[in-house]
Amino acid sequence: MPVITLREALNEALHLEMARDPRVIVLGEDVSGGAGGTSGQRDAAGGIFGVTKGLIHKFGDGRVIDTPISESCIIGAANGAALAGLRPVAELMFADFVGVAMDQIFNQAAKFRYMFGGKARTPLVIRMSFGAGMNCAAQHSQTIYPFMTAVPGLKVVVPSNPYDAKGLLLTAIRDDDPVVFFEHKALYSRKGEVPDGDYMIPFGEAALVREGEHATIVALGRMVPFAEKALEKLNAEGITCDLIDPRTTSPLDEETILESVSNTGRLVVVDESPPRCSVASDIAAIVAQKGFRDLKAPIQIVTAPHTPVPFARELERAYVPGPAQIEAAVRKVLADG
Amino acid sequence: MQLNRDALLQAYRRMRTIREFEERLHIENRTGEIAGFTHLYAGQEAVAVGVCEHLTDKDWIASTHRGHGHCIAKGCDVGGMMKEIYGRADGLCKGKGGSMHIADLDKGMLGANAIVGGGPPIAVGAAIAAKLAGEGHVAVSFTGDGGSNQGTVLEALNMAAVLKVPKIFVFENNGYSEHTGAAYALAGQDLGRRVEGFGIPVFRADGFDFFSVYEAMRQALEVSRTGGGPAAVYATCTRYFGHFEGDPQNYRAKGEVEKFREESDCLKGFRARVTDAGLIDAATLDAIDAEVLAEIDAATIAAKSAAPPTAADVLTDVYISY
Repeated sequence: MPVITLREALNEALHLEMARDPRVIVLGEDVSGGAGGTSGQRDAAGGIFGVTKGLIHKFGDGRVIDTPISESCIIGAANGAALAGLRPVAELMFADFVGVAMDQIFNQAAKFRYMFGGKARTPLVIRMSFGAGMNCAAQHSQTIYPFMTAVPGLKVVVPSNPYDAKGLLLTAIRDDDPVVFFEHKALYSRKGEVPDGDYMIPFGEAALVREGEHATIVALGRMVPFAEKALEKLNAEGITCDLIDPRTTSPLDEETILESVSNTGRLVVVDESPPRCSVASDIAAIVAQKGFRDLKAPIQIVTAPHTPVPFARELERAYVPGPAQIEAAVRKVLADG
Repeated sequence: MQLNRDALLQAYRRMRTIREFEERLHIENRTGEIAGFTHLYAGQEAVAVGVCEHLTDKDWIASTHRGHGHCIAKGCDVGGMMKEIYGRADGLCKGKGGSMHIADLDKGMLGANAIVGGGPPIAVGAAIAAKLAGEGHVAVSFTGDGGSNQGTVLEALNMAAVLKVPKIFVFENNGYSEHTGAAYALAGQDLGRRVEGFGIPVFRADGFDFFSVYEAMRQALEVSRTGGGPAAVYATCTRYFGHFEGDPQNYRAKGEVEKFREESDCLKGFRARVTDAGLIDAATLDAIDAEVLAEIDAATIAAKSAAPPTAADVLTDVYISY
């Protein structure tokens, strides 16, 4: 099987789906790039992280649309295009820019179907890069998916590896509901085996990344490889854990998490977000409500602190949860019961 | 004039339907049976109808919180609308949207919108779809003088011009953004000049005069239906009722509305114009008035007695696939 990066896996998915379905369009800032420039070169960017590279040459500027810097209007236009029968894939360069486009995401896209009495279809994907790790500081590094997960009407995808990224993006584009698709900027170069052809990964089905008996670790996005790293060390001492990657936070595969906890009796949830109203606190609450009797020890959550994301290398390293904190949390749940 | 007799009769019927619908809601609101916010369009009928008489079900419109007139002008079912406003199970949106969210996608109606300035970006997207389909259809957004101050509207103007999509921006300056006058809140006053700054041609209209709006929209469509990109219609008008039902309108001078009703009313103007020209006689228009009155009366009675949704309906229609 070919080994490619997560960036290339997403690019393959877009190429496949645009070729298969003429209703799919891509729009956003610099998704091609170069329009109006002095070099005359199109595809000068191919997306700020290169995910949409090459699409314009294959599908033309009618379907690969470079927009002005207008996040509200990018999502608004994607909404209108979706209602009018297209299947837009909109790109917000950074998840933090959700703030600029928030109304069109949570008041419009998320609500059309419900408030129009079930008649509307909004087959929309909003892709965005997220996360810390590149010293992009407070306004270009946040996770944001907790906000989106809290909104009824949105589906939320957070892939952790190239295989999942491709299969989940194909599912997202074919889904008839609005999907917010989070791509961790520090994972774009993560490599993995990815089949050439077309395959889909259903939403709401977690991946069991590792199997073990002493504790359950639930982790998302970049926290998944970090948890794997922590497990290498723990495994050497004979400590094994289930490592669950939910892959989508809405819908959330509660069943897989609860079943694992019923076997291990201990839960560590790892989330790059600040702790309050995070996906970690949400999953901890669900397990406390529905799996309380299975727990042998208090649940541990490993999160960023309740601060903005800092800039300096030393500060950012201190901010982002890493393998050491995950390892410590596993030791803590084992010591507690 | 390019309108034949049937077209004139239809335009008059639509304007009269909007007027009766809104006048009736104004009365019924006092009974306390209608929940939530209701924003009435009476007074501005010439704009919605003057624009929408040019459109088919395959053209799109995006409306505002003051959307009843746009819905009726675009052909939404009046009975279904009334039931929706009463929050009934068989309302146009199953009682889940209400006055501010009436939509009918089969009619090309992308929804009333309770977020001021929410509609224009959405209509840009519908215009992208229309351009790709290449069948000459357009997308239209309605925006008030208040909405025109939202950044989203400026983004939509710029993007529509950059992408050269068949999008028509209709601006209805009714003189008030909520409880504040356009004389205060609209910098530069002439909204048309703002729009022209984007390189978008603006066709100005007297929003009290159906024929003026109809002609402006015709010119706008000449641009947009033939690949010329976006265009705009700028109409000045007034609303006969408050920002919302229950608004005491302390910001308006005494007698202001009465004067408009007396001297500038679009229905009176239409009637005088077609009867003076000998195109339609007064008795025919009277007959339409009576039919419309009966239709609105029946719609209101039906809505009052229709069944409400059940608690189980809360949980449906959030997603297409769960």
